Parts: sequence; structure tokens; C-alpha cells
Amino acid sequence: MHSIQSRAADKGWGLKMSDDVLLDVKNLQVTFRLGKQERFTALKGVSYSVPRNSVVALVGESGSGKSVSAMAIMGLLPRANTEISNDSQLIFNGVDLLKESEGELRDRCGKEISMIFQEPMSSLNPVYKVGEQIVEAICLHKPMSKLAARKRAIELLDEVGIPQPELKIDSYPHELSGGQQQRVMIAMAICCEPKLLIADEPTTALDVTIQKQIVELLMKLRQTHGMSILFITHDLELVREIADQVVVMHNGVIKELGEASAVFDHPKDPYTKALLACRPTLDSRPIRLPVVDDFLQGREGELPKGERARGVLPTDPIVLEVKGLRKSFTAKRGFFQKEEIVAVKDVSFKLARGKTVGIVGESGSGKTTLGKTLIRLHSCQGGEVLFDGKNLMALSQKEFQPYKRRLQIIFQNPYASLNPRFTIGDILLEPMRVHSILDSDKDRTEHAMALLKRVGLAESAFFKYPHEFSGGQRQRISIARCLTMKPEVMICDESVSALDVSVQAQVLNLLQELQDEYGMSYLFISHDLSVVKYISDEVLVMNRGEMVEFANSDELYHSPKHPYTQKLLAAIPGRGNH
Amino acid sequence: MSMNGTNTRSASFWIQAWKRLLADPVARICGCILAIYLVVALLSATGLIAKGWNDEVGVSYANPVFAPNEPNPEGDTSLIREDASVTDDETKAIDPLAPKYEEIAKLERTNADKVTVLQRLLPLGGDKTGRDVLAKTIKAGQISIAIGLAASFIAVFIGVVLGAFSGYFGGKVNDALEWVYNVFTSVPYILLVLAFSAVLGKGVGTVILVLGMTGWTGTYRLIRSEYIKHRDRDYVQAANAIGASHLRMMFLHILPNVSHLILIQLSQEVISFIKAEVVLSFLGFGVPVDLISWGIMISDVRSELVIGKWWQLASCATAMSVFVVAFSFFTDSLRDALDPKSSRR
Repeated sequence: MHSIQSRAADKGWGLKMSDDVLLDVKNLQVTFRLGKQERFTALKGVSYSVPRNSVVALVGESGSGKSVSAMAIMGLLPRANTEISNDSQLIFNGVDLLKESEGELRDRCGKEISMIFQEPMSSLNPVYKVGEQIVEAICLHKPMSKLAARKRAIELLDEVGIPQPELKIDSYPHELSGGQQQRVMIAMAICCEPKLLIADEPTTALDVTIQKQIVELLMKLRQTHGMSILFITHDLELVREIADQVVVMHNGVIKELGEASAVFDHPKDPYTKALLACRPTLDSRPIRLPVVDDFLQGREGELPKGERARGVLPTDPIVLEVKGLRKSFTAKRGFFQKEEIVAVKDVSFKLARGKTVGIVGESGSGKTTLGKTLIRLHSCQGGEVLFDGKNLMALSQKEFQPYKRRLQIIFQNPYASLNPRFTIGDILLEPMRVHSILDSDKDRTEHAMALLKRVGLAESAFFKYPHEFSGGQRQRISIARCLTMKPEVMICDESVSALDVSVQAQVLNLLQELQDEYGMSYLFISHDLSVVKYISDEVLVMNRGEMVEFANSDELYHSPKHPYTQKLLAAIPGRGNH
Repeated sequence: MSMNGTNTRSASFWIQAWKRLLADPVARICGCILAIYLVVALLSATGLIAKGWNDEVGVSYANPVFAPNEPNPEGDTSLIREDASVTDDETKAIDPLAPKYEEIAKLERTNADKVTVLQRLLPLGGDKTGRDVLAKTIKAGQISIAIGLAASFIAVFIGVVLGAFSGYFGGKVNDALEWVYNVFTSVPYILLVLAFSAVLGKGVGTVILVLGMTGWTGTYRLIRSEYIKHRDRDYVQAANAIGASHLRMMFLHILPNVSHLILIQLSQEVISFIKAEVVLSFLGFGVPVDLISWGIMISDVRSELVIGKWWQLASCATAMSVFVVAFSFFTDSLRDALDPKSSRR
């Protein structure tokens, strides 16, 4: 294992470095050329090292440069418009990767350093069987016959915990689940016994229960193969469990670096403190979530003290009642047969006025479908939704029109839910025009400006286009659009899931303030159990289209009754550490 | 959040695209060429230039200025010498018209200003009946470009409307429109065109209609697939959720998001329709013979080439090729400028 290291030392091109450091990143500075004049410096002189046999976590929000540093190690940055400063060094096993030719680097990648990506579905080639893809990875670096490589691939699949590896080796990527695809990616990454495995958000696209399994697998492999893992993630709680060392990055600069226990228990940098504090936790529910600015400006002492009380009493007035709702899709099978795929079956719950019902579940559990069916973005195949004494599902399209303004939805992806060709003004005025709210466009404009201010945006935003705003700002615009209609029920479909933790806290605070102010009821759909715990009075757990459990949130989180709920809660990273 | 006080609209998509287009040297050059063509076509349409394209202004097959030495029986290189036809007494004796020569010569002198002298040299030469090829090319360009533009507007309009309905509503509407589409595409193109022009009769309007009615299929499929893609996007669902009507979602929300494709489609169709017009006119189903187009010119050229008169073909082929090539390059640049993803290469 140490042959290259010793050879490097013999030849004298190894730098003086302690034997236990595998990768030394020194003063890495990466600049992208965006246009003729435009430059963007993604990394502003970053230094950290990865010891042998350890897990180093790179933590940061989007745009912090954490992925860029991994791409630089693999030589994956687009050569045409990337400038890496001459002072930068990437010393791997005594060799500066930045001084290597493309061919040498290509040889090294996959063999000594390998990488797994966020999206397993798009990282595997859909037209080749997974076996063929693993065999290819093996044969590229090892002189091995196809047959021997195939045998090795089966061993690898077995090692990464894929059931019946002899059968699964001949399946196509789409025949495997997301978790299994990620396991295949891991098998490919470890096939040549790399010394360093770079995992770029390997579990972000996966459900919590699967995330737990994958992380456990990675830790086991690290033990058996004696490799180091550079784990890139935005999720601090996940890192707390696995990392030996933590590097916190922000805007291309390292904010804090050190042993995991030290960083988590006694964070020194205000940014790290903020990151740790602004994520909702399971055991406390502050009146207002702290945000990054509170810490950067030293205002963390001024936050309102005390806990917010949650829960619904039987006497609370009900605004929306769902009875036995059912939604199914039909898929064609063969020429004449049709198959009914049930996405939501027999869901019943009540939403109290001014309260929040959280809907949690893993992907494919039907939670989003449920939300969209309630406001008739999908048709429904049974059940009732009672609002204002009327069954919304039985109304004609025309009769439903006036109800549309009273039930609103905020979507998950703030980049997709605003029409890119409309200015913010157009976006805010449209619902008021459609529903003839206020008399003239002048009044409507005034109202829209006031709402922009209310959601924390400048009035000048009125004349801008969506692409000029960040994700969090766009989500504020979506909220303002809903507010123009003064809805009574607002469905938040994964509305904060695509946002960074610090922005997430701001949007959650805004939603809470608006609820206090306007008395709106929320249906808060999310896969993130901590966020749901924080914002919800009642929680509904869904699994495969079925309603598994529905209870007051404190009750449900403290003493879950259904085994599925128990399993879900046990998979939350950081659970039990508090 | 600070107020920066600038309440001006930010650069819209189109302004940014325009800037990207201007930054491309190919687009600038091709844009200039196209502008020249359009100005010339407009001047010709208003009758300021090329008005007399149908007049006999030169001798038959007058030589172009760049090839003055090509043999021409009526031109400078003619072997028939004028001084050889001087009438002497001998000819007078046998020529019954001889006594009238004096009179004819006198009439000729008095009406000299009224008789047009037939040019032996024309800028781009002349055709069989002595028409100026330059004027012909300009007039033909005007008609060909007009046909291309008008037909592509019709075709793209039909394609966009049908494609929008088919893609947005899906289901039965889609089935019906797909059926129409299949019928149209299953018939060979030329046959379809012949059928249309047989029914509608000859004329420029017919050519435009024929091309427009048969050329919408590509646009239809493109727009249909775009609408299928867009109708499930969050922003359309959000519009649905606030209570926007179907037509509003189709044409106010989705249409601006596919408008760049429509523009590209429009410019591509112009090129293909100009070429299609040439084919139609060549076959005799296009522009009537009392008018002129690039297709008619190419059709006329067949008999000329045999006797070595190549300049009419050269002029109209060059004019057409330059236009089509410039338009194609311009379309390519336009697509790059309109597709924000391709802007950072």
C-alpha cells in the first residue's frame, strides 16, 4: 500500500511531509472566467489536509466552494475557463496533482482517488447494465480478463450490500432503487481500492432511512479498506456522527477547521455557530429561529427567549377537512389492460384554523400528490375535501374558481415556480387581476409593493426578473404572490427543502410571522423531519400512499406508535446526540 | 434590504439576447447583408428601383460589364459590321425599300430622343429579350423574399396554434391533431403542393398559401413537444393555482417561454420556403410567368446555358446563395443568442 509513497521519497520528488497525511491542499485558489471581463473566484486560497484512514468533512452552503475543491482534486474542472493559481498545491501521496499531465491524472483517478456523486441516477449510464459499468471501471485500471473482472464485480456488489448480486449484476440502472444505485456507484468507486474516496453529497438525493444505510456502508468500507473519505455535505448533523475532522467553508474561504468534537462542541467562528443554531432541532422550538446575521452581527443574545407551544385542541375551529381522499393514476399495460397505480389512498385529517399540519414521508409516499390533489391541480378518484361547508372535489371548474384564491400553494423549487419571462411586478399583479382584487392597477401596484416589503424585499424588486434573485429571495416572491390573494389555507410543498440552512431559517421565520399575523393555516409538506417538527402543530406520516399516523407533533415525536414512524425517526442524523 | 431606488425595468430576456447577438461578429456581418437585401427588396416593392425589369433595355443577351468580350451577334463583339451594310447604288437598284431610306433616316434623326438606344453592355448582362439581369434579379429577390417571409409566417402561425393546443390539452385534442399531422406528412410533399396549386390556381398568393399550408408540420411537432414539457412545470401549475384560464396559461405564460424557438423556426422556414419556391417555379407550379422570381429565372436559364449565356444563372444563383447562407448563419447566431444555456461557452 505504501509502495508509491516510498518510491516517491526515493526519487526525491516527495515533499517533506508527515507520513500520515494523504492529501495536502495548500493555498488552493480557483477562478472561473464567466465572460470576457467577468471573473468569479470560487476558492480564495484554501488549505486543509486529509490524514490517512480518516474522514474529513467539507461543510458549507451552496456557493461555498466545497464541491469545487473536490473537482480540482479529480481534475474535473472545465479546463477552458478555469484558472488555478500558481501558488496552489494539491499534494497527494507526495505528488503535486496540479503539476501532473492530463494522462497521469486520468490514470490516478479511479485507481487511487475516486469519487461518488450526488445523483446516482444520472451518474450511471442508463443504456448499460450495472455489471458492464463496474467491469469497465475495473478493466481500465487492472490487467484482468472480462470474466475475472465480472467475478470481482459480483464480490463488490455483495460487499456494498446488494441482495442477490449474481442476478443484480445484469440489471439496468432503472431497475434498481435510488439507494441501490448509490451502492453500485460506491462499488465502482472502491473497485480499485482507492486511498481516497471523495463523496460529494452522496446522500442528499436519498431518503433519510436510505441515507443512514449508505453512511453506515461508507464507514464500514473505510474500516475494511483502510481508505480516507473526503465527505462533502451541507448537513452538519450528518457530519457530527461520522467525521474525524471538519472543515467549514463559506464563500470560498475556510471559516473553521479542526477536530469534529471541538468544532461541534465549542465552535469558535460565528458562522459555524450560526450554522449549528439555525437548523431546527428535534428537542427545542424557539419562538424565532436564529439566522446567520444574528451571529455575524453579534445579536444572538437578543433573540426572543422561550419556546413556542404547539398542538391542536379538540375545540379549535376547523378550516379544512379531508375525508377518505384517494388519488390514482392509470398506466397502460399491453394493448388493452390498464393498471391502476394508487398514489394516495384513504387519507383523512382535519386542519385547524391558524395551525399547521405537517405531512412527512419518504419520496414516493404520495405527500406531494396529496397536496396538489387538495387544490385540484390533480383530479381525485374518491373522498371529500370539505372547505367552508362545500366539498371542493365535487365542484365544477367554474364553481371552484373563487375557491382558488383561498387555497394557495408554494412549490419546492423556487427556480421553476416563477415564470422566467415575467417581471416580479407581473407575477404579483396577475393573481389580483385574475380575481379582480382591488379596483385599479395603481392600487394593486401599491399593494404588491407593500407585500414585497412585508416579505423582506426591496420595492425595486418589482421591476426585476426572477433570475436576478437568489433561491431564498425567490421563495419570498412566491410567498408574496400567494399573499396577494389573502389565502386561508396555504400548502407549502417542500417549500424550504431546496434552500440552504441559513436561508431556510429565514423563510421558516417569515412563514411563522405571517401565520401569526394573518391567521393562515398551513399544510407543510416535507421530507425533513426536524423542520416539520419545528413548524407543525400536528403531523401526518405517509408511507406508500397510506396515512400511517396522525397526531399532535410533540406526541408523535416523543412516542411514535407506528413502527414505520419509529423507523423514520430513528434514521434522523444526530438523533440521540442531544 | 437596502433600497437602491432604481425603479427601472431590468434588462429583459430580449434585450440580453440582443446584446449577445451583437457581440457575435458573424451575426453582425450576416445581419448587415440581410438588411441590405431587405432594403433593396423594399425599394423594389415601392417601385423606386428595378421598376423597368420587364423592359427591353439592351440587345438580346447583352454582355455583362465584367465579360465584355463574350461573343454576341448584336453586341460589340458582333461579326456583322455596320459599315458593311452601307447602301450603295447597286443595292438601291434591287431593294424596293431603297427610295424610302432617306425618309427613314430623317424620321430617325427627328425622333432620336424618343427611341431608346439598346445597350450592348449591361451591369450584369441581359437576357434573351434584352431585359436587364440586374433589375430582374432585384425584382425576383423582392418576390422570393416576400413569398418566403409570408409563407413562413403562415406556416409558423398554424404550427404554433395547433402545437399549443395539442401539447397543452393532450388527450382527444392531441389525438385529432396528430391524425391531421400524420395525413399531411404521409402525402409526398410535391404531390401535396401540386394538389393545392391545382385547386387554388396560379399566382403569388397561391404559392404563399401552398407553402404555408404544407410547411407547418415541423413547427407543430416542435411546439407540441415544448408545450408538453412546459405544461407540468411549476410556474404553470402556480398560474393554475391562482386561477388563470387555459388560454391565459397557454399564450401568456407558456408562449413567451417558447418564443425564442418560434423565432428560430420562423427564420429556418424562410430559408426553406425560398428554396421551395425555386423548385416550384422551376417545375412550373410557382410564380406566374408575367412575374419574376429567383425560381423563374433559374427556369429560364435552361435554354440560355446551351448557347453559353451564363450570366443570368450566375447573378440569380449568387444573389440567392448569399441570401440563404447569410440567413442560415444569422439563424445559427440567433439560436445561440436566444438560448441562454449556450451563452457561456
